[in-house]
Amino acid sequence: MTTADLLGKILQVVMGLAVFAAVVGLLIFFIDKAPKKGRDYWQLALFLLPAMLFVVIGLVYPAIRTSLLAFQNNSGEWTFDNFIWMFTQPAAIRTLINTFIWVALAPIISTAIGLAYAVFIDKSRGEKYYKVILFMPIAISFVGASVIWKFVYEYRSGDREQIGLLNAIVVAFGGEPVQWMQTDPINTILLIVIMIWIQTGFAMVLLSAAIKGVPSEQVEAAQLDGTNAWQRFRNVTVPGIRGSLVVVFTTISIATLKVFDIVRTMTAGNFDTSVVANEMYTQAFRASEVGRGSALALILFVFVLPIIIYNVNVLRKQREIR
Amino acid sequence: MSSVAPAELPIGKALADGEAAELAETQPGSKAARVKKRLTSRTATIVSLVIAVLWTIPTFGLLVSSFRPAELINTTGWWTIFQNPGFTLDNYADVLFSSSSSSPQLGAYIVNSIAITVVATLITLVFAAMAAYAFAWIKFKWVNWLFIFVFALQIIPLQMSLVPLLQIFSNWLRPMQAWLHDIVPIIPEQNYLPLWLAHAMFGLPLAIFLLHNFISDIPADIIEAAKVDGATHGQIFFRIVLPLATPALASFAIFQFIWVWNDLLVALIFSGGTQDVAPITQRLAEMAGTRGQDWERLTAAAFVSIVIPLIVFFSLQRYFVRGLLAGATKG
Repeated sequence: MTTADLLGKILQVVMGLAVFAAVVGLLIFFIDKAPKKGRDYWQLALFLLPAMLFVVIGLVYPAIRTSLLAFQNNSGEWTFDNFIWMFTQPAAIRTLINTFIWVALAPIISTAIGLAYAVFIDKSRGEKYYKVILFMPIAISFVGASVIWKFVYEYRSGDREQIGLLNAIVVAFGGEPVQWMQTDPINTILLIVIMIWIQTGFAMVLLSAAIKGVPSEQVEAAQLDGTNAWQRFRNVTVPGIRGSLVVVFTTISIATLKVFDIVRTMTAGNFDTSVVANEMYTQAFRASEVGRGSALALILFVFVLPIIIYNVNVLRKQREIR
Repeated sequence: MSSVAPAELPIGKALADGEAAELAETQPGSKAARVKKRLTSRTATIVSLVIAVLWTIPTFGLLVSSFRPAELINTTGWWTIFQNPGFTLDNYADVLFSSSSSSPQLGAYIVNSIAITVVATLITLVFAAMAAYAFAWIKFKWVNWLFIFVFALQIIPLQMSLVPLLQIFSNWLRPMQAWLHDIVPIIPEQNYLPLWLAHAMFGLPLAIFLLHNFISDIPADIIEAAKVDGATHGQIFFRIVLPLATPALASFAIFQFIWVWNDLLVALIFSGGTQDVAPITQRLAEMAGTRGQDWERLTAAAFVSIVIPLIVFFSLQRYFVRGLLAGATKG
């Protein structure tokens, strides 16, 4: 990077900020000078204008267009070929299966470990530090996390000393080192481990806050009744944090469905590890199969939808009970 | 009772202390219950210690390795550091400052990441706050439906937007970027504009929702009083609403900052991948793919890429957690 490059970049940022400030200033100017007649209407419209413009251009129109593209081939004719491809080609089916494996494992394990950890460290000394340790991966990018774990999974052939922790353990117990990332199906499982490593902290923080919200009278009453810790956990804590459990589980499920960075960085979807979001990128932007990519994006949307509907329903019921 | 708890496990001690106090209030003298509880708390302590260690080891191993000389990284495990000692800063010097064409030259990419993240966060924040103010405080018939609609947009996966948005950008934004380049030649043709806009577009629904929750909680009296005094909506927004909403703005700003900084997908599609624009995550992913064996560079580069969000995270952790709780429990 030369000094001129750096100056160019700084200039870009300054210009960008200046233009942005000018746009906001102009909007506020027009808001305050709105005509007296229907004043609130105009002001509302101007306050909403930039956000609505962005959302319509960036989300609404593209979502509609992608839904249409999913039913077109590369020459723009209407067809179901993209979906036929998705549900008949072995590679594409494998992508769908892998996505289900991800969703079946990552959310439940992250939530379970996060919950156990939150319960175990609750009200303990050093709780803050225990939390930070598990929570830190949230601030690390999926790419960074992938490199961290790529190092753990590193493989050295022959008699060379293993520098990856996992193979070193295998060798220490007398096993043969494994090329983890090239070996199906263990490679998908090991990729899921990375996701669990990232998401457990999120689950732990939310559930820990929820546990602290369970009224202590209830716990004490159960104690007086002579229940043991497990019974109290099952019958007092879990019902008390049910709403948070659902939120955590569904949020991680959605994040898992959309997982892209980990697969892209670790294997780029090779060795039978591809998932829907990665395949969508590969098809639409690497293989120029826009129709197939759009169909995969649409499928992703269809997968996400029931989870969100369930989530909203549970939250609404909870609110009614209260 | 605390003297019984093992001293080397501070967490168990704390648990025992807490429970002793609790028991003294509720059921003094129930010895059997006390013993049972201590046993469970000891298992709990061990399990949570094991989890904590498991979660730390991978990052720790990478950090240790990033300070080891290349030949040691590639021939010995990092856990043998005491048998094979060696410390160097060369890896960091190489990935950050070396200008040889084979080195990753991360400096330029860090500048890109900062430029992308700061501006994208600011745009999202201001536009979202304006929309949230309108939704919360300007009464109009359809406004609630519009708000629910914007809220619902969160369910659209990013992947649904990418292809059409890229088409829009290449048809409309590219000419403008070229025009900018013609007027101010120092600005490259590939510039940050598409990334700023894309990140703002994708971040807005959640931002509007979170800020609306907060801004609608501002006491109506304050707004009304300002109106009576003749303040315009523009003045109310800048002088009253924004200052009062600072905690919420801070929470979301951290969110958006970390989210944008850590993004790979949006960068892959809208950045063009050159040193002029691409963020550090994109560079790191590229290195992991093409030079997956250069561990002396990968380890150092990975740490360079995660250190800034970690600093932001640790220094503003309280806001971050608060934002997370508000977002997840209300959503």
